[in-house]
Amino acid sequence: MPFSRALNAGLRAALAGSDRVLLMGEDIGPLGGVFRVTEGLQAEFGDRRVLDTPLAESGIVGTAIGLAMAGFRPVCEIQFDGFVFPAFDQITSQLAKQTYRHEGALQLPVVIRIPYGGHIGAVEHHQESPEAYFTHTPGLRVVSPSTPNDAYWMIQDAIASPDPVIFLEPKAKYWQKGEVDTSARALPLHASRVVRRGTDVTLVGHGAMVSVLLQAAAIAESEGTSCEVVDVRSLSPVDYGPILDSVRRTGRMVYAQEAPGFTSLGSEIAATVMERAFYALEAPVLRVSGFDTPFPPAKLEGAYLPDADRILEAVDRSLTY
Amino acid sequence: MTLPVSSPDPGTVRVLTADGSFAPTPAAEPYLALIDALSDAELEGFYRDMAVIRAFDVQATNLQRQGQLALWPPSFGQEAAQVGSARAARPQDHFFPSYREHVVARIRGVDPIDIIRVMRGLTHGGWNPFDPKNGNVHVYTLVLGSQTLHATGLAMGLAFDERSGTGDPERDEAVIVYYGDGASSQGDIHEAMVFAASYRTPQVFFLQNNQWAISVPVATQSRAPLYKRGEGYGMPSIAVDGNDVLASWAVTRLALEEARAGEGPRAIEALTYRMGAHTTSDDPTKYRTSEEEDSWRARDPIDRMRNYLLSRGASEAFFADVEAESAAVAEDIRIRTGELGGLETDAMFDHVYSDPHPLVEEQRQWFAGYEASFDGEQEAS
Ligand SMILES: Cc1ncc(C[n+]2csc(CCOP(=O)(O)OP(=O)(O)O)c2C)c(N)n1
Repeated sequence: MPFSRALNAGLRAALAGSDRVLLMGEDIGPLGGVFRVTEGLQAEFGDRRVLDTPLAESGIVGTAIGLAMAGFRPVCEIQFDGFVFPAFDQITSQLAKQTYRHEGALQLPVVIRIPYGGHIGAVEHHQESPEAYFTHTPGLRVVSPSTPNDAYWMIQDAIASPDPVIFLEPKAKYWQKGEVDTSARALPLHASRVVRRGTDVTLVGHGAMVSVLLQAAAIAESEGTSCEVVDVRSLSPVDYGPILDSVRRTGRMVYAQEAPGFTSLGSEIAATVMERAFYALEAPVLRVSGFDTPFPPAKLEGAYLPDADRILEAVDRSLTY
Repeated sequence: MTLPVSSPDPGTVRVLTADGSFAPTPAAEPYLALIDALSDAELEGFYRDMAVIRAFDVQATNLQRQGQLALWPPSFGQEAAQVGSARAARPQDHFFPSYREHVVARIRGVDPIDIIRVMRGLTHGGWNPFDPKNGNVHVYTLVLGSQTLHATGLAMGLAFDERSGTGDPERDEAVIVYYGDGASSQGDIHEAMVFAASYRTPQVFFLQNNQWAISVPVATQSRAPLYKRGEGYGMPSIAVDGNDVLASWAVTRLALEEARAGEGPRAIEALTYRMGAHTTSDDPTKYRTSEEEDSWRARDPIDRMRNYLLSRGASEAFFADVEAESAAVAEDIRIRTGELGGLETDAMFDHVYSDPHPLVEEQRQWFAGYEASFDGEQEAS
């Protein structure tokens, strides 16, 4: 089923599973959200379980904090990546710190769903990848599914988590179809996963970038280079096990992400891999990123976003060491 | 589901009824002298502005459907509120639109192709508000409510520099900022009103209540008429029939004059209706009824003004001329959209900072070399 339907099914399961689960956000009711992820859920569960909120992101997250204090499990939808910033204060200064502030006496099981990333040719503020702001904030968990099956399970796991979870949904994937196994979850929420085996270079990324890595790996294969691909899935905490195992076998790693590279998730993972697997490395860990510019006008997104060619260029560079 | 507020309460300023008869509400009393002084040419100008922008808007919507634009936010139905407010300003005034005020921009001199370029994905803005040809119209922002704080800051600057409140209306400057009923829930707008009232800025907050924030009815944003919020911050606040161009003009005219004279900020709520989709990505059939849409179509701002002008004896030749101009503007924008070129990828690295930045420059160089490496391959093959 398509990624957006998988999310819809996961949300439906969570709503049906506990009447403490609430969805809240702009246009998520009759319209079903601008990406139709919540389609039909208000009709099914009523407007006190699926709330069309006033148009105020700080208000959505701030009241979700209070609702969580009252024993609910709110799932907030932010309409687009670029509109999370009005809520940034509530997320980083309040949501992330309540448990610490209360020395564990309070749990804040709030999920914040954010459609993020490019590839949809949109206008300003609609194509950004703000993950680093959140991974930089202690107290938040940050995850990003890249397949319909993960979308279905990870949203349920995020809702079940006692901690706040920033749930990043790669917009480019909403319409992509894939198998969903509703009978068994594949992996825990915070596990990374090898999605393709290979022996020469480890390619690592998250969200929409995973399929670009797979594309690059397929091209590399035809040119005689065998790439392993790891989907990070959990951006905070990062599950380093599969990444380090892979790098210890291949000796080389390339990280690809849509966000600007400077002080990014890829930078953090690259540094950690260099610390922990230094003697296994035959080349420095390389990063392929969006440029350190604002997300450009739509006509330039093809040049801005890392594509298979840019990843292969880094693979080639890695192999020259 | 609560239906949106639709019929103006008696406190609403309105001079033209839906069928175009001149029948002022009691609240319109203070504005009648201003309206009376309007010349036939000015009245016809209002109509012309509205009709031309609707033709442009229809054309832009079509261009989006043909894949020429990434997105289009139509102004369809809101022409009277926009034309009335824009024509009420003086040349030295400053405009902070949201993303739908196409006729405001046009009236002030912005070339509509500049708006098209934004929605085509060629730029995030690109025009200089302070270039005289752009009439102090600031660039659209898509982050709801942000611009109200910028407008307030600019208005504070005008007050601090004594560029307003000197008593010379020919020179004193004022600011008008546009936002919607949905946006009115954003914290930024509340903070803007606090600052504006505290510093008594020469400023008008112009809220277009078009009844819907995408799919969410105005009742979700406010249980009290939105114009009343201004009062709470300490500024005089007025509700106007936003489908009546004369009322919209007069109310804004007076509010701006008072603000520029140093009497502090004013808030206006224009009651109007978004007759089309929110943007070309929206599907209004999912959340509202065709009866509701029909009831508002009967209050169309352009038909209303047309009937009024006819009752005053406007000539067939005038309407024919407006029609010809509308068609010409629409055709011109179609042609010029087709002629818009692409972008050099290098443009991505421009203007990130005003001073050169080593990281960005390094990436610019790297990318140039990277792209050139492909040219080499193509030549070789
Ligand atoms: C801060 C922020 N949140 C969400 C959005 C997405 N969005 C764009 S327009 C819109 C509805 C705005 O409604 P309103 O303020 O009434 O203005 P209208 O579009 O009706 O003119 C929404 C939710 C946004 N642009 N900015």
